[in-house]
Amino acid sequence: MLPVMSIPSATEQVPGPAIHVRGLEKSYKELRVLRGVDLDVARGSIFALLGSNGAGKTTVVRILSTLLKADAGTARVNGFDVATRAADVRESISLTGQFAAVDEILSGRENLVLIARLRHLGNPAAIADELLGRFSLTEAGARRVATYSGGMRRRLDIAMSLIGNPPVIFLDEPTTGLDPEARLEVWQAIRELVAGGTTVLLTTQHLDEAEQLADRIAILHEGRIIVNGTLDELKRLLPPAKVEYIEKQPTLQDVFLTLVGARTDREQR
Amino acid sequence: MNRHFPGDTAALLGRSLRHILRSPDTIITTAVMPIMFLLLFVYVLGGAIETGSGSYVNYLLPGILLITIASGISYTAYRLFLDLQGGIFERFQSMPIARSAVLWAHVLTSLFANLISLVIVVLVALAMGFRSGAGVLAWLEVAGILVLFTLTLTWVAVIPGLTAKSVDGASAFSYPLIFLPFISSAFVPTESMPGPVRAFAEHQPVTSIVNAIRDLFTGQPVGAGIWVAVGWCAGALVVAYLFAGVSYRRRIS
Repeated sequence: MLPVMSIPSATEQVPGPAIHVRGLEKSYKELRVLRGVDLDVARGSIFALLGSNGAGKTTVVRILSTLLKADAGTARVNGFDVATRAADVRESISLTGQFAAVDEILSGRENLVLIARLRHLGNPAAIADELLGRFSLTEAGARRVATYSGGMRRRLDIAMSLIGNPPVIFLDEPTTGLDPEARLEVWQAIRELVAGGTTVLLTTQHLDEAEQLADRIAILHEGRIIVNGTLDELKRLLPPAKVEYIEKQPTLQDVFLTLVGARTDREQR
Repeated sequence: MNRHFPGDTAALLGRSLRHILRSPDTIITTAVMPIMFLLLFVYVLGGAIETGSGSYVNYLLPGILLITIASGISYTAYRLFLDLQGGIFERFQSMPIARSAVLWAHVLTSLFANLISLVIVVLVALAMGFRSGAGVLAWLEVAGILVLFTLTLTWVAVIPGLTAKSVDGASAFSYPLIFLPFISSAFVPTESMPGPVRAFAEHQPVTSIVNAIRDLFTGQPVGAGIWVAVGWCAGALVVAYLFAGVSYRRRIS
């Protein structure tokens, strides 16, 4: 077991997959949101969980980040069971939710210092300054977050998630509501994270986001994972590309819509 | 107790205090209504109110102080509600912190903000002619009662803050608390009230608290009354604390 004081960094890892989920079930009253979800996420990889609105992506993330209890099934994060070792799971993860979880009244720097203090790290001020620099927020660091643009807020949000180098990071729809430029900035930040050995579980409705970032992609539909594989594997699920004058590979979007059905047509606007 | 509790509470308290100091309007708003009551009752209605002896502002201030607290704690519920609405609460809950630190930071912030509001109201009362012969010890006792009363009402406020479905719901609970001093000895002696109203007024907590503070201000012996006042506060504090704990656990599991 890890010593209680230390925050497990990306280098001191418990063996096995970073995230291991079997038979996860969750209902809200009559509504069965998750009906037996299985998935594994390898260390140091980006795993994208795709699904329509209400497919249960956020429910999976909330269970894995100890905010919600599952009705059935097991889930381990960084080797720790989310139900019985919640405190160890919280030491191992960071959650960036759908809405930027930043304090608007504090400055960007104060937000970072606060999180560093709550993670019980030494020298919070130095940590804050380093992250401000890394996320191009140094100039804005002293300003209240209320004055930030959407992209800056998201960058700050992700910077806050990196404090303490948690080995597993959950990003729940990290680019929802961002303009294309800000999305690219966030993508870049996520790529740098994984380059440093962090495991990322990402949920998204934007299929191009999964195509751009993910090592593996799973589609959550009606409470189950209906496919799980690399982008190439997913593309091979459809009949081979039609040969006309130009070979046109199906995009991930085609794969998704075929597997999920026509209902999602209007989701893609 | 989680060994991170003091440090985590201090970090979160620093955050909440910055909120207050950067929007001091909440403290001023809290103090405005009690000051209006003070002005209205002393300069408009007070002439017709017979309280026996002494100046009416001296008679009125203890009740006004309780109204100040009752209106101040609605901001505690409001701030807690806003935290829950935004993503920051879930971020804290997904971090390795002492779980109760989140609530205690709000409670201590409430105490701080209310004490500032109380000081403002007392200063206005002094300008209006409030005088007290109370010594340092009596003032400390008054402060102790007010702190206890603030803590009690703050833990009451935590419950709607955690459970409310809307901003209005989060702060509406304080209206009956603000109204309670009107059916007590805060504004007029209870002897002037008709039977059933008088019976209610004389046996509700505000009257015993107001009487205890009034006796301390005027240098009277407080007798057993102060223990009735403290008993009411402590009892309500324990009940509110337990219910707040239940609401919190329900909210985070």
